[in-house]
Amino acid sequence: MTTRAVEAWTLEPLVAFVKEASARLVLVMTSAGQVMAQHGFSRAVDVMSAAALGAAIMASTDEIARQLAQPPFAALNHQGQRHGIFLGAVTTGRSKLVVLVVYDLDVSSFGLVQLFFEQLTAELQAASPKEGVSKQVLAADFERELSDSLNTLFGR
Amino acid sequence: MTAAPAYGPALDLVTRVRGVRGAMLVSGDDGIVVAEQLMEGIKGAAVAALASSLAARLRRAMEAAGVGASQFWHLQCDQGGLLVVPAPSGVLVVAVAEPDVNVGLVRLELLRAAEAVG
Repeated sequence: MTTRAVEAWTLEPLVAFVKEASARLVLVMTSAGQVMAQHGFSRAVDVMSAAALGAAIMASTDEIARQLAQPPFAALNHQGQRHGIFLGAVTTGRSKLVVLVVYDLDVSSFGLVQLFFEQLTAELQAASPKEGVSKQVLAADFERELSDSLNTLFGR
Repeated sequence: MTAAPAYGPALDLVTRVRGVRGAMLVSGDDGIVVAEQLMEGIKGAAVAALASSLAARLRRAMEAAGVGASQFWHLQCDQGGLLVVPAPSGVLVVAVAEPDVNVGLVRLELLRAAEAVG
């Protein structure tokens, strides 16, 4: 399984997390769904769908928290018969990131993912560039930016 | 986190043994803490997640070896040890102990706690 990153500083923490938590699929993205790194995906279309859905779920839970006058939920776990899905937020110096993790219940668990997600959070926060703001993607450039990111993520 | 009222007496059985630094009930499938009575400095969530992961691997190893289900395991380290008994429900009863603890007594109390937890 390959791990690839559009933003190089996310790669090392992600590789360590995948190894420790025995995760099957991982996406690191912005809260808008722009993918920064991935592990385990073999098709670009799956990355795009997962990123869009993950970002949408986080946006929904953020809104629920807002309506409850609570701070945003830190993480969300959904467990099926064979797989679990974990979504967590990481606030770095530059922006808020969303991490989507899919894990097999045979080889990992919610506890393990949660435990090593804390480590991933700390490592991403430490590795994140401290200055500047992340580049905004303009509508006109969206398709080209998306193609470039997907090419990087799939080593094309 | 402290023990839920129903689980308190089960954990008390274990923590009252001299040399036990803490006891936990851990969800075997999820690796999360159900109840705990731990001394300060023990990272309950980490112990729970890793003990559950280890239990799952041990279960597979024992199945592969054809020796049946695990009843008790003890990991001895230079500064203490981890003792675990899986309850029939899948909950793990975990004790964190000092190196000179009476292992036989802790095992007995873990088995009693596992029976109480069901």
